[in-house]
Amino acid sequence: MLLIDCPFCGKRPELEFRYGGEAHLARPADPADLGDKAWGQFLYGRSNPRGVHAERWRHVHGCGRFFNALRDTTNDRFAATYKIGEERPAIPEAEGAASA
Amino acid sequence: MQRFSALALIRHAFGGHRSWRPQWRAAEPKAAYDAVIVGGGGHGLATAYYLATEFGISNVAVLEKGWIGGGNTGRNTTIIRSNYLFDESAALYDHAVKLWEGLSQALNYNVMFSQRGVMMLAHNVHDQQSLQRHIHANRLNGVDNEWLSARQAKAFCPPLNIEKSMRYPVTGAALQRRGGVARHDAVAWGYARAADAMGVDIIENCAVTAIRRGVGGAVEAVETTRGTIETRKIGVVAAGNTSTVMAMADLRMPLESYPLQALVSEPVKPIFPCVVMSNTIHAYISQSDKGELVIGAGTDAYVSYTQRGALHVPMHTLEAICELFPIFRRLRMLRNWGGIVDVTPDRSPIIGKTPVAGLYVNCGWGTGGFKATPGSGHLFAWTLAKDEPHPINAPFRLDRFRDGYLIDEAAAAAVAH
Ligand SMILES: Cc1cc2nc3c(=O)[nH]c(=O)nc-3n(C[C@H](O)[C@H](O)[C@H](O)COP(=O)(O)OP(=O)(O)OC[C@H]3O[C@@H](n4cnc5c(N)ncnc54)[C@H](O)[C@@H]3O)c2cc1C
Ligand SMILES: [Zn+2]
Repeated sequence: MLLIDCPFCGKRPELEFRYGGEAHLARPADPADLGDKAWGQFLYGRSNPRGVHAERWRHVHGCGRFFNALRDTTNDRFAATYKIGEERPAIPEAEGAASA
Repeated sequence: MQRFSALALIRHAFGGHRSWRPQWRAAEPKAAYDAVIVGGGGHGLATAYYLATEFGISNVAVLEKGWIGGGNTGRNTTIIRSNYLFDESAALYDHAVKLWEGLSQALNYNVMFSQRGVMMLAHNVHDQQSLQRHIHANRLNGVDNEWLSARQAKAFCPPLNIEKSMRYPVTGAALQRRGGVARHDAVAWGYARAADAMGVDIIENCAVTAIRRGVGGAVEAVETTRGTIETRKIGVVAAGNTSTVMAMADLRMPLESYPLQALVSEPVKPIFPCVVMSNTIHAYISQSDKGELVIGAGTDAYVSYTQRGALHVPMHTLEAICELFPIFRRLRMLRNWGGIVDVTPDRSPIIGKTPVAGLYVNCGWGTGGFKATPGSGHLFAWTLAKDEPHPINAPFRLDRFRDGYLIDEAAAAAVAH
């Protein structure tokens, strides 16, 4: 089970959280202007990286708030958690280095 | 190829079984092939086999970064059934079940396909309605599926608890008698052996690291850890790693990779006659021919490539198993593992062409593709050979996510399947 560092409450077990999928997928401001391809990509295209993944979590059984996290999908280690609206933190190469 | 038969067994017995030869060659990569399959799981190996046997294309390499069958093929709980809701899915999965029925003979390899029946439990009115809907839809599609009362379900599977005092009592079940299980390793090995005999090169410890493209963006070659291999046709069948491989051709896929866990108990004498699944309390179980109870847990919540997953996920399943089958409460679990499953938004696979000329993809089987192995290989081989999909896999094209023609088995199954 993961130990997740909620930016509001601190470290809590994974069971208190709900996973929220890939982060930073902004809904297009004007969907009507988008072609089918771009709209399909927004809805369904995912980076699904082998390496650092920016993702949303929600502390449902705690403060109830959403936040973002960077986690390496090759070892499940969190590199950072940060509040919604904050910029994706730059992480040092060594920590985030993905094995291919 | 040394054919297996009763006679061959007897003959080898007299020689102390010392003259069996390896079942396939350890091939060295050649400079070029007519087609290259990326991924030596069951689906990739089946694709190569049908390319050679049905479509006369045998100058083919299967490139596998580890050992064949070491991915999800070797990690799955081997449930086979075709009682899917939608017409497209019923056609797809039943095509596979029909091929399963003759597979051991076709491959001259015992894949231990056992049609012992797959029973899906209902625990409430909603389950009953949903399973009944499946039964009717299946019957219209010529797929067998029948309704059992709780008592009939217990008669079919005696260890089942149908006491009313259960937290989620069993109110009935849907039974597909043609469903069952097969031996996962044998499926990979049987296809590998038969494809090898047709001239296909099976190349293990060979990871694809890049896809090279030429004029008009068409594929030209793959770069691998064992050198460059030229080809005009690449079939990607890399399950949980598909997004990574497709990114080598700058494609962003509608896929997410999740750990899915399973576990087996210590082996016991034959006690469990069929496969039982419960979507509502999330458990599925059967008994292998070695005697282990094979139990499937759920996916972890988050995208990952670790082939591990967290303990609370199998615990949840074991609680459900102990409630459904109190007789198993004191069994010990032997092993627990995870595989990485590639999940699409509509929980249906993608089998077809891509926007890149010469690049084909077969993926998105997620938590339930083992059952489709022969059908998937056959249809993908057709697509690669003819550069167009077979009518059965045509609806499962990649651009359905652009056009909105989803085949939403997620709502239909809502569980690992
Ligand atoms: C725990 C678990 C239980 C399951 N239970 C069932 C079930 O009961 N019934 C059912 O129908 N399905 C089940 N499934 C799903 C099923 O296992 C898969 O859908 C199916 O096996 C996929 O087959 P495949 O050949 O496409 O994938 P795999 O067997 O995973 O093969 C893909 C191969 O590609 C290789 N590869 C990846 N990247 C590269 C690269 N860059 N270069 C070269 N090779 C590469 C991998 O090493 C791997 O061997 C289960 C899965 C899991 C994990
Ligand atoms: Zn919190």
